Amino acid sequence: MPEEENGNGKNGKQIGLLERVKAGVKDDVQSLKTDLPAKAKEQIEGLKDPTKTQVFTSIFRHKHDDTPRNRALGVLSNVFLHLHPAKINRDAVRYSYTWGMGGITFYLFIVLTFTGVLLMFYYHPSKVQAFRDVLYLEHDVPFGKLLRNMHRWAAHLMVIAVWLHMFRVFLTGSYKKPREFNWNIGVLLLVFTLLLSFTGYLLPDDQLGFWAVTVGTNMARATPLLGHEGPFGKMLGMTPYNDVRFGLLGGSIVDANALLRSYIWHCIGIPIVASVLMIVHFWRVRKDGGISGPAPVMLTSEADKPRRSA
Amino acid sequence: MWSAVVGFLVAWFIAFFRFFLPRTLFEPATSFKIGYPEEYGLGVDTKFQQRYRIWVDRTPDRIFVIYARCTHLGCTPDWKPSENKFKCPCHGSGYDSEGINFEGPAPRPMDRAKVEIAPDGQILVDVSRLYQWPKGQPSQFNDDGAFLRA
Repeated sequence: MPEEENGNGKNGKQIGLLERVKAGVKDDVQSLKTDLPAKAKEQIEGLKDPTKTQVFTSIFRHKHDDTPRNRALGVLSNVFLHLHPAKINRDAVRYSYTWGMGGITFYLFIVLTFTGVLLMFYYHPSKVQAFRDVLYLEHDVPFGKLLRNMHRWAAHLMVIAVWLHMFRVFLTGSYKKPREFNWNIGVLLLVFTLLLSFTGYLLPDDQLGFWAVTVGTNMARATPLLGHEGPFGKMLGMTPYNDVRFGLLGGSIVDANALLRSYIWHCIGIPIVASVLMIVHFWRVRKDGGISGPAPVMLTSEADKPRRSA
Repeated sequence: MWSAVVGFLVAWFIAFFRFFLPRTLFEPATSFKIGYPEEYGLGVDTKFQQRYRIWVDRTPDRIFVIYARCTHLGCTPDWKPSENKFKCPCHGSGYDSEGINFEGPAPRPMDRAKVEIAPDGQILVDVSRLYQWPKGQPSQFNDDGAFLRA
């Protein structure tokens, strides 16, 4: 075994513990004398130009001067934006063509999530409390009426926007190859939007919502196979106490279980599934070649210049 | 190995659905007493609508109990004494004073609950046993238990 590893010098002289500590302290003092001013200088330099500091570059990972590369990196290096294409044809986002309805729908979903979570701070999904909480929000909670109405109107608008989005996609033939798969995802998202609207209807626990859900779930009695009044339902032993309606309501009537169930589906179950489908939907828009667009527009000012190939 | 994994997942899937069907319910009783036959005069009595969702209906020869559920989609119709009819506020179905549909989307007359005289002489109603008159099929309204002789 080499002698150095035992703490012995090459000349064989034993270096004692005290000497080693002394040497260490000396090193530390020396480094304080030289490194501290250097670090301070670095900090001051950083204040002069914060974009050069390690903290800054760890957060913002590329330059931001306006070059095509940086604009692309701004999208690519952001977790929220990277589902989008870094660049698109300007003709593809003409509002007269897209109506912007998909984007508006998504924006309304964000508004609904935000206002909905705030409403959850005051709402109890129980028969005794629910309607009182709605009145409390309306009359006593600061900005409660505003939040509730934002949630309500955004919900109505989202249903309308989804239909208009579907109508636009249909009119422009954007459901055709290669976008058939995404059309189907969109149909599912439409269904989930309507289910969100329907489950939210019961939550105020007022007469309107109660009877709407009574009517809506009574239709489920006629479900084929799984409803006790539907085709083949009786043959499979369906009764009002074990069919699909019973599973939706958690009982044979619209009562406390039904209120709690629609609350959970409304606030947790459906939003999660819809969010996943939205991610797939947006991702597929890009993978299927971006927003389907009209023939590219040539501006008169650019007519004499060669067009860059896509 | 794979069959074990699939079996496990299928078992969970079934359990997931079974979970949504509770064994015990806390819903209103379906069987109750509504007093003596002599208490009811001719026509429709709405005093138990709020409590039991029924109307007691007396004709010259019969007493029967209409279950207050519209046969279209299950709302509770209103009794309109001035028009002598039941009117559903949801989609406008109309029924005459004996619960026979004559307007709106309702497919059949309103169902009638089983009635019998309890040992103490009161009328015992059971809304879990309903008598129907589906369109194009024989009426059950004349069956035993669908009415009491007045």
